Formats: sequence, C-alpha cells, structure tokens
Amino acid sequence: MIYSDEGQLKTTYAADMVIFPLAQDRTLFAILMLLAFVGIPALALAGIPPFHADYIFKAILTPFLILSLAALGLNILVGYCGQISLGAGAFMAVGAYAAFNFASRIPELPVLIAILLGGGVAAAVGVCFGVPSLRIKGLYLAVATLAAQFFFDWLFLRVRWFTQDSPSGSVSAPKLNVFGWHADSAVERYLLVLSIIVVLAALAKNLVRSDIGRQWMAVRDMDLAAEIIGIRPVRAKLTAFAVSSFIIGVAGALWAFVNLGSWEPSTFSIDRSLQILFMVIVGGLGSILGCFLGAAFVLLLPIMLDIVPGALGMPLSTDTVSNMTMFLFGALIVFFLVVEPHGLARLWVILKEKLKIWPFPY
Amino acid sequence: MGFFLEVLIGGLLGGVLYALVALGFVLIFKASGILNFAQGAMVFAAGLGFAAAMEKTSAHMPFALALATSLLLATGMMLLTAWAIERFVLRPLVNQNGLTLFMATIGVAFMVEGLAQQIFGNNIRRIDVGLPKTSMFILESQFDGGILVNALDLWTAVIAALLVVALSLFFQNTRTGRALRAVADDHTAAQSVGIPLNWIWFIVWSIAGGVALVAAIVWGSKIGVQFALTFVALKALPVLIVGGLTSIPGAIVAGLLVGMGEKFAEVYLGPSLGGGIEQWFAYVLALFVLLVRPQGLFGERIIERI
Repeated sequence: MIYSDEGQLKTTYAADMVIFPLAQDRTLFAILMLLAFVGIPALALAGIPPFHADYIFKAILTPFLILSLAALGLNILVGYCGQISLGAGAFMAVGAYAAFNFASRIPELPVLIAILLGGGVAAAVGVCFGVPSLRIKGLYLAVATLAAQFFFDWLFLRVRWFTQDSPSGSVSAPKLNVFGWHADSAVERYLLVLSIIVVLAALAKNLVRSDIGRQWMAVRDMDLAAEIIGIRPVRAKLTAFAVSSFIIGVAGALWAFVNLGSWEPSTFSIDRSLQILFMVIVGGLGSILGCFLGAAFVLLLPIMLDIVPGALGMPLSTDTVSNMTMFLFGALIVFFLVVEPHGLARLWVILKEKLKIWPFPY
Repeated sequence: MGFFLEVLIGGLLGGVLYALVALGFVLIFKASGILNFAQGAMVFAAGLGFAAAMEKTSAHMPFALALATSLLLATGMMLLTAWAIERFVLRPLVNQNGLTLFMATIGVAFMVEGLAQQIFGNNIRRIDVGLPKTSMFILESQFDGGILVNALDLWTAVIAALLVVALSLFFQNTRTGRALRAVADDHTAAQSVGIPLNWIWFIVWSIAGGVALVAAIVWGSKIGVQFALTFVALKALPVLIVGGLTSIPGAIVAGLLVGMGEKFAEVYLGPSLGGGIEQWFAYVLALFVLLVRPQGLFGERIIERI
C-alpha cells in the first residue's frame, strides 16, 4: 500500500490539474531531479566510479539527454499529432547549421540564444515541409519528409554559404559561453544540457495537456471527425510541425555544439532520423516519459552488446556487433509493435497500476 | 542533339532500374496495403545471397549450371524470407493501421540487413551472370560520333520488359492472379468467398522477393552488391509516389520519368547548383506531384470513408 492515493484529497481545481497527482510521484520526481542536478555532479567531483571519468558524461549521459530531446520533438509530431516523419535528422541538421551561422556571423550573440535561434529556423523549415501534410497523410507524408532529409543532406554538403566555405561541410562550434559562464568540462556541459532539457520537457508536457495538445490528439485519432467538431486541421498540423521542429532543431544544435564540437552533414543522415524514430516507437508513441526510456534503450543497447559478450569471455568482432545490433533493433521494433504498441512507457503505467494495490492481489 | 539524346537514353535506362525496384513495392502495396520499406533490404539480401552462391558453386561446376543452382538457392532464400515475414510479422499485426505496418517493415528492413551481412559478410561482392558489359555507339550515321550506350543497360531494359509482361499475364490470366486482385480490392470480401489470406500474402511477398532478386542481379552487375543498394532502393519511394502506389504501369512510367529527369537535372542544372542534385531531385519531384495530384499519375483516387 505504499503507492496508493488514499487520503490525498483534492480540494481545488488546481490540485486536480497537476502533472503528478500522487504525492509519491512528486517525491520520486524530486529525488530524480536532485540526483540529476546535484547527485551525479557531486559524485563526479568526489571521484567515485563510474562517475569519476569523463567517459560516462561524454559517451552516455550527454548523448542520452540530447537524443531524448530529439525524440521528444519527434514524438510530438508522430505520437501526438499522428504525422509520420522520416526527416528528424534533417531538422536536427537545420538547427545545428543555423545555430552555427548565427554564432559565427554575429559573434556578440550569446551561444544559448544562437542555439534557440537555430531551433527557430528549424521550426520555420518544419512548417514549410509540413505544408504537404495538409493534403496528404500517412505513408505519402513519410516520403515527403524523406525529401527534406535528402535535400538538407545535399544542401549542407554542397552549398558553401551555410558552412562558410569549409570543405566537405565540416564545421566547428564556437566556445560554449553561457552568459559569462564557460561550459568547458564534461560535467558542466552535462549540466547545461540537463537544464535546457528539463525546461523544454516541462514546456512540452504542459503543451500536450493544453488546448493545442488536445487538438493534436484529435487530429491524430481522426482528422475528419476533428475537423467536424471545429478543430482547424491547418492550425493543428502546422503548430505540431513547428513545435516539433523547434525542439528537434534545438536538439540538433546541442548535439553539434555540446556533444560533438565539430561535425559534418553525415552526422544528421537518414540513419539518425531512423534512430530517433525507433526511440519514439520503443519508448512509446504519445508519451513524454517514453522519449527518455526509448532514448536510453536505443543508446544503451549497442554499448551493452559491446560489453556483455566480452565480459562473458566470448568477444565478438566489431562487424558482428554492428550486425547484431542492427538485427536486434529490427527485431525489437517488430516485437514492440506486436506485443506492446505503446512501448516502454506503457509497461511503466502497467507497473504503477499493479503497485497501487500491492501487496494485495486486487 | 547527339549529347541530348545520350543523356536521354542514359536517363531512361537508369530509370528502368528504379522501376524494377518500385515494381516490388507496388506488388506488395496492391495486395496488402503495406508500403514495404524492407524492399531495399530484400534487394540487398537477395544480391548477397546470389553472389555468395555464385562464388561457391562456380568453382565446382560449369558456368550455366552454377548460375542455375545459385538462382535456385537465392529464390529459395527469398521464399523463406517471405514465409518468415508473413508468419512472424504480418500475421500478428493483422488489422493494424497502415502506419504501424509501415514501421514494422522498417524493423524488418533492419533485421534483414543485419542478418544478411552477418551471414554473407560485409564485403562488396561482384555479380557476373554473363551479361555483356561493352559500350557501343549507335546511330553513328545520324550524329557526329554516335550515341554511347552500355549493352548491360539495354539488357536490363529487356529483362525489365519481360518481367512486366510476365507479371501482367500472371495477374490477369491465372487463378492466383485473380485471387491477388480480389485481396487487393477488399481483404474481408476476398476472405469471405474463400480466398486464403495468409497464403496470398505469402505469394505476394515471394513475388516481391523474386522481383528483388532480379533487381539485385541487375544492380549487382552494374555497381556490385553493397550496402548502398538499400539507399538506391529508397529512391524507389518517390518513383512510387509519382506513379501512384497501386499502378504497375505507373511504376514503370514513373521510373523512366524519374531516371530521365534526374539525369537532365544533373546535366543541365547541376553545374549552376553545385552538382549532386541527383540525390534529392526525385524526392522533390515527388513532393510537387503530391501537392498537385496526391494519388500520383496513374494511381486510383484516394477516397476516404468514415
């Protein structure tokens, strides 16, 4: 009975609308935030393994957070508004290169503003490529977003203006200077990314609970019916494209500026788009929590496959690992679609339901 | 004028290859309403399997026999793939919406690619089935220097034409072909008159596997069997959109159109835009077709029922 809601009476409308209605959830979330913001950096400072090395921040935590953000953006479009997109990588690229151009052409601009402006440009581009969604949907739209993917791959490789004449489109990010604070070490970068993500995730969570979020879901469930009850599909779809592309664009800029430092267009190829789509599917379509679970899963699986057989005394060649990762990814996608179309987030919900009455059977 | 015609013919012959891949997509879409993202992976796997079989067998037996054995082995492999996909992916997902099925085929694509590379290795393999590869000049009397044409491309066009004729005959005149068309029209109605849905799906995926094998042999002879094949196959998607998802002639015509348009764009617009526009031309063309005519050039009008 540790997880029951007994005795927690709601006396105001505001109390009825909170994100975490259960006191236990609030405590859990507070502990999680405390751990992420204070606990992990403190462990790193104290030099306690495995947090003493930069590796865990550079290769796991920071990429995990940024890809979660990208998955969050895509989930708004695919999971909440039902518009399938295979072009997430392209919008990440737009965000990254736009932020790069803002930062390097206007040197006095703070980097944080440049990153947000990169997201803004991605949003504008997203709206342009979202226009076809007004006439077509489903599979046709998937092809339309593929057009975005291949077009931007080419644009940043061939049109020199965007990369400021660097060969093969590879560019380097400026120093990360956030209002006078230099985020140089791995831990500082992690904290920077974490803060941005917490803010954007809270924003997204509230957005999907709001009027506009309900419109997206209505369009997703049946666009004709939504139109008949007075929702304007144009507005709903285009705002979904804008918000989604903004978040993906910010994620792209962070990926480039914070995680990589210097990058080239192939970072944001179609493989990236599919990877993010997988995170959304595995994590759970239409769930904010799912984005984080999916990102963790998709990111950690190859690392696990790399470590586990070696630890068991049967090392696999890198080819085998990459092939098996590919195969397992595919198998898991199919598995989740067959068994639990709502992904990992749904498993979490089922667990909570069970926990509510535990230790009694019903 | 000679140069123009050369670009035109080169584009058309390149388009035949796209059409071959697009054909596989159309077949599956017509019979099951699934846009099969795994078609590219199937082309890749079929090519790898065939090339591996050729390498193994040609050491021990004469060329013709080795060719026949490899064809048989590769066909068997594609049948097995079709069966596995039907049994383990499509059957549990029956009655799901198109989007779910599409994502499932993305998963299948990764499985097939991973497994094929694991079994046959990651190396680029050559395919040589004895098709002539010489370049020749035609129409030398009309134009100065004639027009350069690759014999392999001409053979490809002949093979594609034969394949299309065979498939249309099969669809129009055989009992199974009629059943396939019935399933395409309405799953439930077809089932209620006694057409076994699972068997039909197996047949369709097998045919798509066969088309993938032909495409793989042709592509493989041209550029070798390599991972890039899966991206070439992605280009069949815009071809489909231009031609219409449900039309076999549409796939052919659109394949030719896209191949031609791509070459013209590259040759005449490329220099001013920085080159490499072949990469996205087809997709942007598809985007415009979608805006003007969502069902494609030859597709059936999309009607929505509530």
